[in-house]
Amino acid sequence: MRYAETGCVLEIDLSTGNIERVETDPQMTESYLGGLGTNAKILWDRVPPEVEPFSPENLLIFSAGFLVSTPAPSANRTIITSLSPQNSLFAFSIMGGYWAPELKFAGYDKVIVRGKAPQWVYIWINNDKVEIRDARHLQGRSTYETAEMIREELNEPRAQVISIGLAGENRVYFASIETHRGSASRLGLGAVMGDKRLKAIAVRGTKDINIAKPLEFMNECNKILDYIQYRLNNPIPGVPPILAYIGSPQEMALHDEEWHLDSFAWGHARKRRKGFWNKEVEKRWAETMESVRKRLISCYNCPVRCAGIIEVPGCPTYILKCFSKLTYVMAAEVDDLDFGFQILSRAQHYGVDGFTAPQVLAFAVELYENGILTDSDMEGFPKDNKERFFWLLERIVRREGIGDVLADGVYWAARKIGRGAEAFDHNTIKKHEQVPIKLGMLNPIYYIMWSTGEKINITQIEGQIPQAPLPKEIREEFVKDWIQVPTGKEERFKQFILEWGEEGKVFPFWPPPDLVAELVEWQEIMHYIDDCLGLCAGVSSFPIKPPYHIHNLPLFVSYGGGLDVDENELWKIATRVRNLVRANNIRRGMRREDEKPPEDHWKKRFPEYEKKLMDEYYKYRGWNSNGIPTKETLMNLNLGYVYEDFVKRGILKEE
Amino acid sequence: MKRKVKVLKIDLNKCMGCRACEVACAAFHANPKYSNVNPARSRIHVFRNELKNVFVPVKSSFYTSAECAGRPIYFIDERPQSNYGDGISVCGFCGASCPSRDLFKEPDSGLPLKCDMCEDDPPLDEPMCAKWCLVDAITYEEREEEVEEEAKPDEMDSGVQALIDKYGWEKVLDAVYRLSKKG
Repeated sequence: MRYAETGCVLEIDLSTGNIERVETDPQMTESYLGGLGTNAKILWDRVPPEVEPFSPENLLIFSAGFLVSTPAPSANRTIITSLSPQNSLFAFSIMGGYWAPELKFAGYDKVIVRGKAPQWVYIWINNDKVEIRDARHLQGRSTYETAEMIREELNEPRAQVISIGLAGENRVYFASIETHRGSASRLGLGAVMGDKRLKAIAVRGTKDINIAKPLEFMNECNKILDYIQYRLNNPIPGVPPILAYIGSPQEMALHDEEWHLDSFAWGHARKRRKGFWNKEVEKRWAETMESVRKRLISCYNCPVRCAGIIEVPGCPTYILKCFSKLTYVMAAEVDDLDFGFQILSRAQHYGVDGFTAPQVLAFAVELYENGILTDSDMEGFPKDNKERFFWLLERIVRREGIGDVLADGVYWAARKIGRGAEAFDHNTIKKHEQVPIKLGMLNPIYYIMWSTGEKINITQIEGQIPQAPLPKEIREEFVKDWIQVPTGKEERFKQFILEWGEEGKVFPFWPPPDLVAELVEWQEIMHYIDDCLGLCAGVSSFPIKPPYHIHNLPLFVSYGGGLDVDENELWKIATRVRNLVRANNIRRGMRREDEKPPEDHWKKRFPEYEKKLMDEYYKYRGWNSNGIPTKETLMNLNLGYVYEDFVKRGILKEE
Repeated sequence: MKRKVKVLKIDLNKCMGCRACEVACAAFHANPKYSNVNPARSRIHVFRNELKNVFVPVKSSFYTSAECAGRPIYFIDERPQSNYGDGISVCGFCGASCPSRDLFKEPDSGLPLKCDMCEDDPPLDEPMCAKWCLVDAITYEEREEEVEEEAKPDEMDSGVQALIDKYGWEKVLDAVYRLSKKG
């Protein structure tokens, strides 16, 4: 019997209409767990580097994490994997909601889609019955409308649906895949889905998921619920409110936005507006929020309530979470939150990434103001920034006029426009738009994560440690119940918190490079574990002092999945997955020269010291000076097949 | 006479449709306990529609072998609600296990499922759905209620009438007489 997982995947070829249910090898689970881990293996095995993102041979994998559908609270993630149209690299974007649990109850761990449908289709998975259905009548429909229409025509309100909107249909490079309560936004996976002419996947399941050690497992679940309750009632003192709780930052519940508005850059990642936030703004914004937010809601089996149902008069209803509340407002440099809620309604119905889209819109406005884009490129371009954003968004999702150029994202648009536009591409890493953070001083930890993170966006990698030194008087208190620190690192990491902020112990030269490498490793390993298990980062890898950590996660894997895994073994599996994801990218040409943040990410740069940091991190990771995992590293992780492939392709020399 | 009454209280303003109650219920009722999860076997179901802001947990109540005429629209706070999209007529927030739908039935056998308030030995502090509902949309209450044991005339009348219809007045009276002799 298979525990926690179903042991089956669905293979669907949209070109031929072939559907197969395939049993998976339990060995794969032992080596890569599930979710991201097994996705990375499948992509490595079946998508060679010659394959382009918009090719029928490219796979689009929808995966439920290993612990999804067990009673483990907040285990509900869908991990979607393919190649990104932006940079042709390995792309994985993750969404919460209700879709992944339903898929597992239908009897599948993954849906692996290949080929390209001759016309628009959607997939309907109802336990053992799987159909490819006509979706021509859904073409042009929004993400939410599509889901509602499918539920109605199937007469099944309990079906869970993921879908794309206009942006995905038109292969906008930052199109998202949406489900009501979640969206997989980053790296343009919606465009890949659109390229395959797959409008949606609906699923309904009524089968069992088995637990290996039921009583032990349930006991751990109850402890998590207790700790969630404890953390919701006990925010971390000494950090901004928005970082003090658990969950995806509680921006639907909290009104204090000083931290984001002060620290992040406005416009096209251009300037910080320190002092913008004051009591008057807070009052006004709180009123706006209260008037449009109908209810706080959660994902499947989670009590944390990070999302809000948003009803803006005159706009279709949508569900919002996290930082996108601010991204459009800040990018458009407007002072009222109403605008953010209005444009988000359209953006989510069209299905675009809430981080990239505002950056692209602001980039276009910037080019216009600098005379690079003119009225001849943009006939009828409004004067007011708010109207401009709507104007641009409408054209991008339809790929009309200038929208067709901008739909490829900042990097490609800048090169297509030319005339000096390239100089304005100042906030992308590996061709992907980044969170708009431009700081005065080099942050060595962020520098490494920004540059080397395979997720290619920082918010999805960080966590565990505060963003700045804690006030002196609470440091002792903080480390006292810091149970999340990995075994063997307790002294070192606690000492780091106690000393951080002391004389001479500040950025950029502190923490020292070796400690930077270890802290980065801890943060990313926790994310890789979550992405394999399908756990929400908001209760695990993302916040400070989360309920799930390296000491209890092995118990969930062992009791739930029947694998014999301890802390060391789980760490090793996550390291294996991290290296395999990287190997996919190395094989696709990614090298050290790609691993750098934009020039202006910090006012003051330290080229030599940055090199030293990077060297140290590569070395610590067991990668050569070009960022390629060495033979020794690969062999230790049982990734011999990667080494052989690297040698065959001349990426590594045979040793 | 005092009777212990177990009550699940539902606060519709607090429910946000996460289905933790379904998970906990299904796991508890698995055999062996917690050995599997399947919300389709749960004895509580959250009717949910995120866009319409409708979240209604309903526990399974009685079994009926007959369909009813249905009740497509329910009212919450005086607002009419169907449990999902417009134009679809479904019997909404009803707890019955009945032939018109697959709700509150074992997915394999079709046998009805009924909430048993998680009776267990030793007893739980509260049913699992209430325990796992951290937002307190479902809470558990135990009340002691004073109940008078009284004969319900209507019930007795119809019972006697049925006997009379079957055996006739005379035989029923004979039987009553015989029984009274026995004391």
